[in-house]
Amino acid sequence: MMTNPARRITQGQFSFLPDLDDVEIGQQIDYGLRKGFAWSVEYTDDPHPRNTYWEMHGMPMFDLSDAAGVLQEVRECRRAFPGHYIRLVAFDSTRGIESVAMSFIVQRPADEPGFRLLRQEGPGRSMRYTVQGYAADRPESQRY
Amino acid sequence: MNRPVEPGVITDAKKRYSAGVLKYSQMGYWAPDYEPRDTDVLCLFRITPQEGVDPVEAAAAVAGESSTATWTVVWTDRLTACDTYRAKAWKVEPVPGSQEQYFAWIAYDLALFEEGSISNMTASLIGNVFGFKPLKACRLEDVRIPVAYVKTFRGPPTGLIVERERLDKFGRPLLGATTKPKLGLSGRNYGRVIYEGLKGGLDFMKDDENINSQPFMHWRDRFLYVMDAVNKASAATGEVKGSYLNVTGATMEDIYERAEFARELGSVIVMLDLVVGWSAIQSMARWAREHDMIVHMHRAGHSTYTRQKSHGVSFRVMAKWLRLAGVDHLHAGTAVGKLEGDPMTVQGYYNVCRESFNARDLPRGLFFDQDWAALRKVMPVASGGIHAGQMHQLLDLFGDDVVLQFGGGTIGHPGGIQAGAVANRVALECMVKARNEGRDIRNEGLDILRTAARACTPLQQALDTWGDISFNYTSTDTSDYAVTPALAA
Repeated sequence: MMTNPARRITQGQFSFLPDLDDVEIGQQIDYGLRKGFAWSVEYTDDPHPRNTYWEMHGMPMFDLSDAAGVLQEVRECRRAFPGHYIRLVAFDSTRGIESVAMSFIVQRPADEPGFRLLRQEGPGRSMRYTVQGYAADRPESQRY
Repeated sequence: MNRPVEPGVITDAKKRYSAGVLKYSQMGYWAPDYEPRDTDVLCLFRITPQEGVDPVEAAAAVAGESSTATWTVVWTDRLTACDTYRAKAWKVEPVPGSQEQYFAWIAYDLALFEEGSISNMTASLIGNVFGFKPLKACRLEDVRIPVAYVKTFRGPPTGLIVERERLDKFGRPLLGATTKPKLGLSGRNYGRVIYEGLKGGLDFMKDDENINSQPFMHWRDRFLYVMDAVNKASAATGEVKGSYLNVTGATMEDIYERAEFARELGSVIVMLDLVVGWSAIQSMARWAREHDMIVHMHRAGHSTYTRQKSHGVSFRVMAKWLRLAGVDHLHAGTAVGKLEGDPMTVQGYYNVCRESFNARDLPRGLFFDQDWAALRKVMPVASGGIHAGQMHQLLDLFGDDVVLQFGGGTIGHPGGIQAGAVANRVALECMVKARNEGRDIRNEGLDILRTAARACTPLQQALDTWGDISFNYTSTDTSDYAVTPALAA
């Protein structure tokens, strides 16, 4: 178990709150839809802080304007990957933004072993750091 | 004076250029019929003429002294296309509600300025004129930089959109804290504060403006301990973390050396104090672009010239210059904290930092439309006397694109630094969630915080400690404008 105050990986908008239930997730989806964002479901078994590209569970839902449809995608992803990290990501295509506007975790493994910090000592007391997931030692799809 | 003063602009060249002293308004610096061009730099000055000085003459004098004029006629003007190089005051109006102050609108030809140089622009616009004797006081309230000039600047090296992508943090304000006490900690003790704050849930920790390389903690020692804390916290949370390493030093060589070491150690961000000056800021913007680094700008010293309404440079002008010069973070006020700031005026600064186009907005102190020509956006930073109990006000005033920095509000928490960080992060996340759910956070904010605190002891302790602390003083810098029927409608 991780020892930070949240006892888990704290990526995303709501990791310090109790897990959002599907009604609450639906409210966040609605907020994004009202803003004109496109939602996308992504999953991974490699939650390294700099692993940008989680797997896409289908394309971003550009033409979907109904929270229930997005939630349905989340549920399908959960069924397919019950032990993975799953996040909802909202894209804003407004000129001058054109990036992610929201991102929060909607499923995480029961056990989150976290990361080790490797230090490689260099000259002049300098140090090179590597952050490595404990679960990442195992092959893909056997990590959680 | 060697000739009678005639009213109006002198158009006869022989009279105009005969040796002696003329009124500025007669020399071509007052041009009430002038139509400002899209390529002109436009300035709005607030001037307080000495008693007996005609406001139009005072405005013309400001135009003259900030462009081509000197106190007397010089024949060498005639070797140049001097009519085009003269800045032109084209409008003077009394400041609404004031007996002795006037707004003076002045236009400057684009050719008066060196491309991509804030030092050059400021040397003209605020170079000599602020000490000019016929004025009691003078303040540069706002400036419109034409698109043609904007495009000669490279702007923020990272910008707030790319910063979020690099940090993998979206849809909420970022959280930071300044390490306290600001002076005296050893490198080892300093790193402890960084580690506790970041592991507790903050995104950033920060050096203070006057932490450079003092006897109690040399800069290399600070950087080494801080980066150990940053990496350890990143592993402990699975998040990208950062700490603004202040690279401010005595010389540009020192600044580069410190920045280079921060880069070698893997820092995502470095910090610079405003007092280093425009050219140093632009040099570091260039360095940061070459090294994928975020530049945090602490506006140390700005209040010496931004705070008083009658004299100096408005912070909205500073923010425009800094966006052009190229900083990624800029302290822009809190409105609710311990430092000066009227909420609407502060929102005006935030808009300068974050919008692609600023529409004229008199209540927020923006006197001109400003097209930023796709220049990257600056992440504003709210820092100074704010705490978790104000989270609803801060989110309501400033939205998502801001770094909220709770220094005392993290480190002074009765349960310790990690508990302080938890309180802030939980307060932030519950407020963002509630806002997105459609709750009226401005009015229900305290209830939302109290409900979240039932499941979070550190937040309850924060509310118990600081819940009713506020800094309600009258602002010295508010915008002056007359509500016209069109605006009020």
